[in-house]
Amino acid sequence: MATEGQEHPISTYFWIWGLLFVLSAFSYMVDYMAFQGYLRWSLILIFMFLKAGLIVAVFMHMMWERWALIYAILVPTLAIGVLIALMALEANYVFGTREMFFTDWRQFFQGGGHH
Amino acid sequence: MSESVQLQPGLKGLVADWSSDQRAFKGVPWGKAMMWIFLLSDTFVFSCFLVAYMSVRMTTMVEWPNPSEVFALEAFGTPVPLLLIAIMTFILITSSGTMAMAVKFGYEKNRNVTFWLLIITALLGASFVGMQAFEWTKLIQEGVRPWSNPMGAPQFGAAFFMITGFHGTHVTFGVIFLIIIAIKVRRGDFDHERPGFMTGRKGRYEMVETMGLYWHFVDLVWVFIFAFFYLW
Repeated sequence: MATEGQEHPISTYFWIWGLLFVLSAFSYMVDYMAFQGYLRWSLILIFMFLKAGLIVAVFMHMMWERWALIYAILVPTLAIGVLIALMALEANYVFGTREMFFTDWRQFFQGGGHH
Repeated sequence: MSESVQLQPGLKGLVADWSSDQRAFKGVPWGKAMMWIFLLSDTFVFSCFLVAYMSVRMTTMVEWPNPSEVFALEAFGTPVPLLLIAIMTFILITSSGTMAMAVKFGYEKNRNVTFWLLIITALLGASFVGMQAFEWTKLIQEGVRPWSNPMGAPQFGAAFFMITGFHGTHVTFGVIFLIIIAIKVRRGDFDHERPGFMTGRKGRYEMVETMGLYWHFVDLVWVFIFAFFYLW
């Protein structure tokens, strides 16, 4: 790159724009068609990651940057995966204990109360 | 920028850039690299909110309201699930497209087109915030509060107001900065390298791209909120 700026043909942006529209329509259809269970969750995640990838790679020009910047930004986000895993484990445990001790949690919360 | 040494591509370039004993981010203006670092930190902020939402949703003993029904809107006599949210999603994507083109025309030094694309982006962003205000009003009238919720789990209110509120704030600030950058483009500040109000740095068209990074990030966050909060 001679200049520091990012210059790309306008057709690239129109293509990605169109793809984002289609992917958004697909993810909306997941809800509209009321898919449930693993099919719903996997479709939501697939469309989400495709959209996120297109935005970061093309609209934010990440695919044309040097690896030093790409790695500095993308690698730290992997830590979020660790946080999700830890919190999911913890939440599972909390739910288990609540189920054990607060089976009348709904009543407890809505003031029907223990006393 | 004058790079006396030839820059290497790929993995070798990664090692060479980081070990060069100079600035590591070669080939990008400093402001852009710093915007990326800021966006990375913002990513962690939003991740914390979404992970907290995951935790409360997994642990609640009261049933979580079905967002498909909560956010349904009446259209032509029938309730359409997530109608307003879908419209908001398309508006934000459209604004991302106009922003990307504003960056392109900025580098071509086409002041007029860049100005109008930035204004369109700002208007789309403002309409997004307006719809969010409508959504908030609707839920508040239905009795949803950050601490309680007549439809089920009280944490629903807390997560909704916190996550969408923080995102809406980001959009609002984005709109303000879009207008500022648009005015700078219109005045020709970037052609004449005029420094900004609070800085001695020269104005350059890179600032449109840096602005664009922020705006695309706002769209990016919405992709995750849409998937995890509204569709899940």
